[in-house]
Parts: sequence; structure tokens; C-alpha cells
Amino acid sequence: MSSTKEKKRKSTEPPNGPGWTRRTMLKASAAAGVVTMLTSRKSLALSLPPIPTQPPDCTPQPTNSPATTPFMQALPIPPVAIPTILIPFPTLQADTALGEAARANHQDWTQFFPLVQYSVSVQPTMHQFHPQIPPTYCWGYNGIYPGPTFLNVYGVPILVRFANNLPVNNIGFGDNNHTTHLHNGHSASESDGFAGDYWSPGLFKDHHYPNVYAGFNAVPPIGDPLEAQHTYWYHDHRHSFTAANNYRGINGMYLMYDDVDTGSEAPGQGAQALRLPGGYGVYDIPLNFTDKLFCSDGQMYATSPDTIPAGDKFCVNGAIQPYFNVYTRRYRFRFLNSGPARIWTFNLYDNNGNAQPMTVVTTDGNLLPSPVEIIPSSSQPTLQGLTVYVSQRYDVIIDFTNATAGTSWYLTNSAAQFVSNAQEPEPAPGVNIGNVVMAFNITGPPPQQDQSQVPSVLTTLPNIATPMANLFGTRLWNFNDFVAGAEGDPSNPTAKVFNVNGLTFDPNRPDALIQQGSAETWLIRNRFPGTGWTHPVHIHLEEGRVLDRRNINANPTTGALISINSEGVPPLEQGRRDVYPIVPGDEVLIFLQFRDWFGKYMIHCHNLGHEDNLMLTRWDVTTGPSSTVTSPTYSDGTPNTGNGEPNSGAQPNLTPAITLLSQLPASYETTKLNRPGFKGSKKGVKA
Amino acid sequence: MNRRDFLSCHVPDKSRPAASLGPGYYSNGVFTTHENRKVRFYDDLIRGKISIINFMYASCDKYCPRSISCLTKLQDLLGDHLGRDMFMYSFSLKPEEDTPDKLAAYAKSNGARRGWLFLTGSEYDLTSIRFKLFRLDDPLMDFSVDVHASMVRMINDNNSRWSSWVLPDPPRLIREAVSWVEPTKPFAVRVRENAELQTRIESESAITAPQRAKFKRAHGWPEITAKYENPEGLRKLQSLLHARTA
Repeated sequence: MSSTKEKKRKSTEPPNGPGWTRRTMLKASAAAGVVTMLTSRKSLALSLPPIPTQPPDCTPQPTNSPATTPFMQALPIPPVAIPTILIPFPTLQADTALGEAARANHQDWTQFFPLVQYSVSVQPTMHQFHPQIPPTYCWGYNGIYPGPTFLNVYGVPILVRFANNLPVNNIGFGDNNHTTHLHNGHSASESDGFAGDYWSPGLFKDHHYPNVYAGFNAVPPIGDPLEAQHTYWYHDHRHSFTAANNYRGINGMYLMYDDVDTGSEAPGQGAQALRLPGGYGVYDIPLNFTDKLFCSDGQMYATSPDTIPAGDKFCVNGAIQPYFNVYTRRYRFRFLNSGPARIWTFNLYDNNGNAQPMTVVTTDGNLLPSPVEIIPSSSQPTLQGLTVYVSQRYDVIIDFTNATAGTSWYLTNSAAQFVSNAQEPEPAPGVNIGNVVMAFNITGPPPQQDQSQVPSVLTTLPNIATPMANLFGTRLWNFNDFVAGAEGDPSNPTAKVFNVNGLTFDPNRPDALIQQGSAETWLIRNRFPGTGWTHPVHIHLEEGRVLDRRNINANPTTGALISINSEGVPPLEQGRRDVYPIVPGDEVLIFLQFRDWFGKYMIHCHNLGHEDNLMLTRWDVTTGPSSTVTSPTYSDGTPNTGNGEPNSGAQPNLTPAITLLSQLPASYETTKLNRPGFKGSKKGVKA
Repeated sequence: MNRRDFLSCHVPDKSRPAASLGPGYYSNGVFTTHENRKVRFYDDLIRGKISIINFMYASCDKYCPRSISCLTKLQDLLGDHLGRDMFMYSFSLKPEEDTPDKLAAYAKSNGARRGWLFLTGSEYDLTSIRFKLFRLDDPLMDFSVDVHASMVRMINDNNSRWSSWVLPDPPRLIREAVSWVEPTKPFAVRVRENAELQTRIESESAITAPQRAKFKRAHGWPEITAKYENPEGLRKLQSLLHARTA
């Protein structure tokens, strides 16, 4: 009896130890490829690759990743997710008896019942980033990296069952508790992947994505089509381990189509159809950018089991410096910066080293009113290169029509990667091979004539006049680095590392309660003095509109104001956004609505390292009334006294509504933005 | 440092747990506890244990007291684990003034129990581990004394799992961060905890369907109870998927 038990125990646990060589690991990964979700958990565990012990030959930190030859592999295109019939059938209430993770009931479940269902397993896998680097132990959706791409149509609700099959004998960086956020889906709270709502291995969770436009309560049945977003990504959002889990590979793309952005360039779809270059994986190409540092044995290096390094290998869709064969025609590329921390600035050069334009049509998945051209010779500094902060998305049209067949064009980043020890030649005059992220090989004319177009008017922005006239107030969010002592006294170390309004994350403590259906303007500040960090701030639930931007130049030691430089609204922020980068001293005023769903959401820095260091705040959509003060206590009742800074602890975080930064009273221009004792706006929401 | 010390600092030890990063990673410098014992960093403090590490100095009177009182309360939450498989280490930021005697008095005044050590040592060793354990890959932060006064680091040597939290947040949150480096609980326990969580969610402030309907009525928004039918959309999705998979 006991021997059977012993056998069983052995067979269900992935072997992990010195007996497992790389060869057996490879065999295991080959077996993992054929695992389907119908396989029982036992055999799944057997066929998954074992965890490599924290790189045995990779301490101390490698000077660089192994050398790789550029353009050895074609750009991988993530496969499309295929619907299935889920067993057990999805339910309104969490089916905890059959292994579903705890959650609140789905909202508007009957109305948007999901006939289309997907099953996704979050599991370990082996992935080869380059032919010259041995396969790497990764985690991924359905065991692939990047995860499968979801193709969706507005008005077709779907449900995705995320099964956590991560290893229970977790070693090194990454956490086996998982939650998925669809960035930036207009999803109900229980399907939003809130950072504290992670679930453990062996459990699954059903995320309900109704695929509706924001504002469906007021404009039934599926909301205002002008609220459409087209390029989303889904990724691990387990707080404190988001950087590690995404570095392991837990992310993928999610695309949405409707009558305007149809995914087809064929004529005869009606006047409203944009006919942008279409056909997923053919002329509509996702580009998921990330950077990694590899050990000589191909395993990803982590600075510590809690710190992800800056990578010296640039990966596109999981391939280092790939090539992509193109015809002489237009293509739509969906740029995504999946982190962990790098800020990319892209440019495009042809074989002669001449810069070529890139035409941006969407920002964070939202159509711009008109296309915006990126070219180094632009008079607008923000348009001289395409700067993509973590989690931002840009859909870019590249026109290869006039390219010469047999040549290559190069997508470059402003910072260089490590390519090889040998001096690599310049692929084009003036283009350093280290800066090249990927190459486009021009093969010749397309088999069919290019029917795509890039209209000069892409969309009109939703009318926000009514909510703008009924703002509840302006909410303040200070994204702070550590500050050397209260009020600049370095002998008095009071500061927390990264914080929002002087507070770090407590998953059970909302710092703002907001009545559903209301509108506010939010002032997001990167306070001075700081260490010089840029914070790409992300807000869940709804897309925002940038109303105003400015940079405050202050004395880094005393905080004394030197000058205020108004920046207005840059061209790439004139559409709708969900990630708002703020460089040191920057502040941005945005307009937000809180429609349709109830529950907990977040505002956080999307530099994955910063959010793991708790630069995260929960806010809730409620039946009302909206709050004006940061939560007075932690979730366990500990008084929230903050850290002694002017805007920390249970302080007011609401001022009377402003719609331009110049309307801020002069007394708010300094660090004492949020004086204790301020009573907030009396203007309520019409009930 | 003699030759033997040098080797034990830099040569991986075969007796360490398989997944451990070992003394070569953690370093193995000698520290003195508030009980005036000499201990090696990896061999005596880290190996095979869950360690909860922070930095402080006894004369710090503005920030540290709140951090330390938070750790005092954490002791209760660790229960029997403290001193058995979990240990708390508070390292001095000012070794020149923090003598073992002074640390002993400090430990006593803060109610430190068995399993919570206050340590001092050479400036070099202290800076080395501070840099290693609290590394954020940013020199400004990594060398800052202030930042480390506000962080607590959890390390499980057996599985090389780390986590961290901020001081002086509520001890309950820090206890939770400690649990993330512990081995994953048995499946049965996780299932039971999941069911308990579901009960808690249902009993707490979740906004129910009738409340949502009432809220809609109050705003004059149309009430929809029927399922939204969209055969056209389904056909479109089918053709999108078919185009890709055909």
C-alpha cells in the first residue's frame, strides 16, 4: 500500500533535481506541446518541463547574454485562440466545488451571456528565443509565449477560463499564484484581474469579457461605438510578482473588430469601414516587444529572486532580432511594450539608411481622429520617434509600396542591444546593428493588389460636453519616488520607496470611492524632488482623455518652484488613452468616466518593477456617494497616518473640478498641493 | 580575512539546499548578535530558513520606531514559526554606534522574542548584504540608507523564493508577504481556503443584482433583462477565425 502511495506521489510531481538534464527537459517540453486541456491534471503535471534550479552557472550576473546572429529566424506570429465548450459549464456564481477560484457573481450575466468560450491553461513551457540560444524555461498561456491572440467582434460576449497549472514546487523568481488582467477591457471588476484576486495552482477562474463599448447602461444594447478600442493585451497582474511573471512570459494579445475597424481591407463593406490593412498574421501583425537577459545555458537571468534586470536582448513575439518578409504594400503593425521596464523609441530606416515614415492610427488601441506620422525630421519633438512606454500600444501603418524588392528595412530602437562579440557590420549606412530590433525583407509585389487604405479621418471622439459640465471634482494622485525625509530633511528618513499619495498598496483598502455613472478629472503628478523615474500610469476600467499637460521645474533638494512649462496636449495624446507616462516633474490632467460596472479597480504605475514595489492603489466604483478623502484606515483598522508628507495618509484627495491645469489655484503649484483640512467639492452627481 | 574565510565566502557549499543560491550569492560575512554571538551570514542566518530582514539603528527616533513596533507585532503573527523555521534579523545601519550591548537593550525594550536577532558587523559586510538583498537595480536607490530603512525582505533559502514589503505597513500585510515565500500549501488546503474566501466575498459588500437594477432605475437608464442576441456578430467572428485557421 505504502509503495503505491510512494509511486503515485512521485508520478504527480514534476521531477526536479540534478538527475534531470537539459535533454530530458527538452523531451518533456516536446510532450507538453501535445497536452490539451482535456488531459487530466496528473498527466499534465507529468508532461510539463521541470523548473530549472536558479541558474547554477549564472551567478554572478552575466556581463551579457550569449552572442546571436541577427535575422536568423522569421518573426513568429502567435496562433489565434480557438473557442471551445467548457466543462463544467460556466456559472453566474463561482463554481468553487468544481475548482473555480472565489469571486463575486458576474455582473450583467444574463444580458451578455457568453456563448463563445475559451479555455486557457497557464503553464510552464520551453521556448527558444533564438536558434543559437538553448531553449528557455518559460511560463505562458496555453504553454506558448507569447500567448494565443484572441480575435473578437464587438457585441459578441466571450468567457475565458484561465486554469492555473503553474508548478507547485515553485523555485526562484515568479510566483505560482496568478491573475489575468485584460488591458484595458471594459470588464466587470470580478473579471478584471484585480491584483489582489490571484488564484493558486489547481484552480481556474472564469473571466467574462462582454466585448461591449463603454456606456452601455445609458446607450443600450452595447454602448457608444465611438468608445471602441481595438488593440488590447492580457497579462499576469499578480501584485508584487507582476514583473517576474511577465518576464517568465505570461502575456498575449487580444484584438477587437467592429463595423469601422473590420479587420478586412476588401471594398464593399459600407462607407463606415476604414479598410486598414487587414488579415491577422498576414497584413495585420502583432509586435510584442520585451527585453531579456539570458545565461549561457539559455535560462533567463534574474538579478535576485525578486528583481528583474534590464535585458540586453530585444525580443519581438518571443524571437531575438527576427526578420519579417513583406510585399511592397501597406501593413498594419500592432506595437506593444510588454515590459518589464524599458522605454522604447522606434524609428524605421530603409536599406540606404534613409528614415521612412511610420503612420500611427491608434493609441492604446483607440483610433486617433487623424493619422499621425512619425519621422525623425518632424518639427514636433514627440513625433521624431515612436516612444512606447510599458503597456502602451500603437497601431502603426508602414507603407512598403515604394521599397526595392530584395532589400531590407530596419526597425530601430534608440538604445542598443548586445548582438555578438564580433564587430557586426552596419546593415544600412548609419544604422548600428545593436539598435536594430527587427528587419523587414522586401520580397516583391503582393499576390493581390493592395486594397487597403489609410483614411485621413479615422474617427470622431465621443462627445463629453455633458459629463464635463457635471464633474464631481478633480482627484489628485501623486506618484512619488522615495523622498529623502519629510519636507526634504535627509536626516529624517520617512519615505516609502514607491508610493501613491504617500501610501502603498493594500488590496483591501480603496483610496477612492466613486459613484457609478459619474465623471471626474484626475490630476496625476510625478512629484518632485524625486530620483528621476518616469511612471507610465495606467488606469483600469475606462479610457481617458488627456486635457492638459505641463512640467514643473523645481529645485530637487528644497522643492522650491523654478518654472512651470505648459505642454498642452501632444499629438499622440489627442485621442483616448489608458497609459499616461509622467516624467519627473510632469503632471497630466485627464478626463475619466466610471460607467456600467461596480467593484474594485486600480490606478498604478505600469513599470512592472514599480508596481511590484507597491506603486498601486485600489479605487472602487460604488452606488455612491463618491469619497473626497483617502481611506482613513488600512483594511485591518490600522490608522492610516501616512508618512508625514503633505499629501499622505487620510488626506483629502479631491479639489473643486478643473478642466485645465492653469485653473489650479496658485497655492497648489508647490509640493503642498493637497493641504490638510481641505473640504473638497460640494458638487454632487445628479442621481 | 584569512584564506579559509575567503573560500567560504566565495565557494558554493555542497551541503546547501539544491535550490539555494548559496553563500557565493548571499556572502558569508561574520556578524555579532545582540546576544554577543558571532554568526556567519549564510551558514547561520540564511541556510535552510525563512528569514525576515530589515535595517535599523538604535538611535533612529523618527522613522524606525514605527517600523520596529510593526515588527514587534509581526512576531505574534508568526507564532510558533518564529525561532523554529522563521527568523527575524534587524541589521544595524550605524555599526559604529550600535554595540551588541546597545542592541541588546534595544531588543529588550522592543519586546524581541527568541528568533529575532539584532546584528552588527563591519561596514563592508553590512553594505554588501544591504546592496544584495535590497537591490532594485538602481544605484540611487540601492545605495540609499533611507530606502532600506523602509523595506523588509523575506527570503526562503530552500526554494530561493523572495518577497518584500514596506515598513511600517500593517503587520498583517507583512505576514501575508512572508507566506508567499513559504512552500505552496497542499491542494486540499488551498481548496478549503478558496471556499472560505468565496463565503467571505458573498457576505461582504458585493453589490447584488437587485441593487444594480435599482441603481439603473434611479438613473433612468433602460432596464434590460433579456439576453442580447447578435447572430450577425457571431457570423463575423466565425469568418475572422475561419480566415485565420483555414
